[in-house]
Amino acid sequence: MNIIICIKQVPDTTDVKINPETNTLVREGVQSIINPFDMYAIEEGLRLKEQFNGKATVVTMGPPQAESALREAISMGVDEAVLVSDRAFAGSDTLATSYTLASAIKKLGEFSIILCGKQASDGDTAQVGPGISTHLDIPQVTYVKKIESIKNGVAVVERMTEEGYDVVETPLPCLFTVVKEINEPRTPSLKGKMRAKSAKIQLLSAQLLDCEADRLGLKGSPTQVVKIFSPERRKGGEVYQGPIEESVEKVVCAIKSLIP
Amino acid sequence: MDYLLNEQQVMIRDLCRQIAQEKIAPVAAEYDKSEEFPWPIVKLLAQADIFGVSIPAEYGGLGGGVLETCIATEELSKACGGITLCFAASYLGLDPILLFGNEEQKKKYLPDLAAGKKLAAFAVTEPAAGSDASAIQTTAKKKGDHYVLNGMKHFITNGGDADTYVVIAMTDKTKGARGATAFILEKGMKGFTFGKKEDKLGIRASSTRELIFTDCEVPKENVLGKEGMGFIVTMKTFDVSRPGVASQALGIAAGALESAVKYSKERIQFGKPISSFQGIQWMLADMATQVEAARALIYATARMIDSGAKDVSKYSAMAKLFASDVAMKVTTDAVQIFGGYGYIKEYPAEKRMRDAKITQIYEGTNQIQRSIIALQLIKEMAKG
Repeated sequence: MNIIICIKQVPDTTDVKINPETNTLVREGVQSIINPFDMYAIEEGLRLKEQFNGKATVVTMGPPQAESALREAISMGVDEAVLVSDRAFAGSDTLATSYTLASAIKKLGEFSIILCGKQASDGDTAQVGPGISTHLDIPQVTYVKKIESIKNGVAVVERMTEEGYDVVETPLPCLFTVVKEINEPRTPSLKGKMRAKSAKIQLLSAQLLDCEADRLGLKGSPTQVVKIFSPERRKGGEVYQGPIEESVEKVVCAIKSLIP
Repeated sequence: MDYLLNEQQVMIRDLCRQIAQEKIAPVAAEYDKSEEFPWPIVKLLAQADIFGVSIPAEYGGLGGGVLETCIATEELSKACGGITLCFAASYLGLDPILLFGNEEQKKKYLPDLAAGKKLAAFAVTEPAAGSDASAIQTTAKKKGDHYVLNGMKHFITNGGDADTYVVIAMTDKTKGARGATAFILEKGMKGFTFGKKEDKLGIRASSTRELIFTDCEVPKENVLGKEGMGFIVTMKTFDVSRPGVASQALGIAAGALESAVKYSKERIQFGKPISSFQGIQWMLADMATQVEAARALIYATARMIDSGAKDVSKYSAMAKLFASDVAMKVTTDAVQIFGGYGYIKEYPAEKRMRDAKITQIYEGTNQIQRSIIALQLIKEMAKG
């Protein structure tokens, strides 16, 4: 079984700063990590690899320094790593990114399952995973919290919903985006770290992909970021004090006044 | 401080630090309370190849030496000195096999220990034989192609949870210390059972049990070294394992120091963080200096052993003695800096103080360490 895991390198911070002029992330002085949600995808991929004696390949699209994210994935036990990188990919939105990644995955040959984190911690769009499956024309199940079984070319998974979960059956090959409830990612191993140091990373540039040039990078990205701003802080609520009956009455009046 | 570690040693340090912070620190208080054996952490350390750091590559390890064990033990102990013992005591149990095992014994036992599939333990202590290891009562009588063991051991770290045991028993009581022999025992051998588990002051995540031998038959292939070498096996094992205990003490102390510095910056009294008071600053400065000195002595000793030096007993004893006294001092001072919060279980300061105490006692009390050092000094003087 060939398993593909898509990961993204993101800034290690919850306090993301935006350059107001370019509307892009300020990356200077911020350490890069693997998108936390993708760690669950890596762990699940490794579990499938171990269970089915398969091969796990990790893929990322990004600048050359994204190689360190791939090496970290290798140190956890992933077999192979592919860096999809080219200046032509710069400025990609989720549509162009998912198109590029889908083209790269096609290049890698047959696979049974693609795993992605449910979303990236920087952009929070949750669109690239579903986008890849659409470009590859394979089924997708998002927010997977458990892979119940995989046999005879069919996977049964549990998909998290707000109320509970759905049990979904899907033919392979397919794409899953996973939530943090699915597993607990392992720490790297020493032997893995040593292997990661010298492992060869396959580089896929635009030239090596069978893709249409005008669907890449900025050109292939219909999303226009017009402005990025922090929403105005909510003003503190009103506190009603005094005897309970009076306070309740005041609260009820206040609510009523809000109803048109 | 640059400790001039090589690439692999840095890797071990960083990975153990990550595991300590992310996986051990959050559960340390819980294990201290429940006294359960930390099997999930054993599994995690095994998966991360930590159990193999100092086992030769031909037996599935990473080929490091005493220094690698020390680095791992120190980093893990920063989060919990008790949980770390599942690892450190396993090395104490496998060290005699590394030092005295023949090829078959090494091939049979080391790969599973390197992979962390099994844990090891070393059993010398008995109720009447603590500092005086020559007073061992457990006997081993040769009978055909096996030995029959009778007696008991107590205070055995990893006892009951380990699978592989090195046990010292008397094959000839008339010869005193020269009548002791080391045996490799396996959990499940007929006549080999476990007694009570001790309820301890500290290192409560570590199991400490009695081993009981009732006509326990051990094949003669399981003799480690030769008959009568038990005492030498014990002493040589302690020579290489004592820097490990020292590292456990160092880790506990370094963890206490780190949390004391952090707390002193957060705790406001008289309108200022208490770190701005000279009384606290001088305590922190002394603690940091002691920790650094302990580390320097441990690393120097470990490197000396790894270089193949012969007379290491004195330095090994010094490292254990010094680092454990530092641990007791630093953890006690950390409790003082935490004040009332240092005395309650909601904060980790008091646990470190409880965990530190054992390092002055086991693998030879610090009084025994001083005797070893003094005897060696006198011997050296006599040689001229």
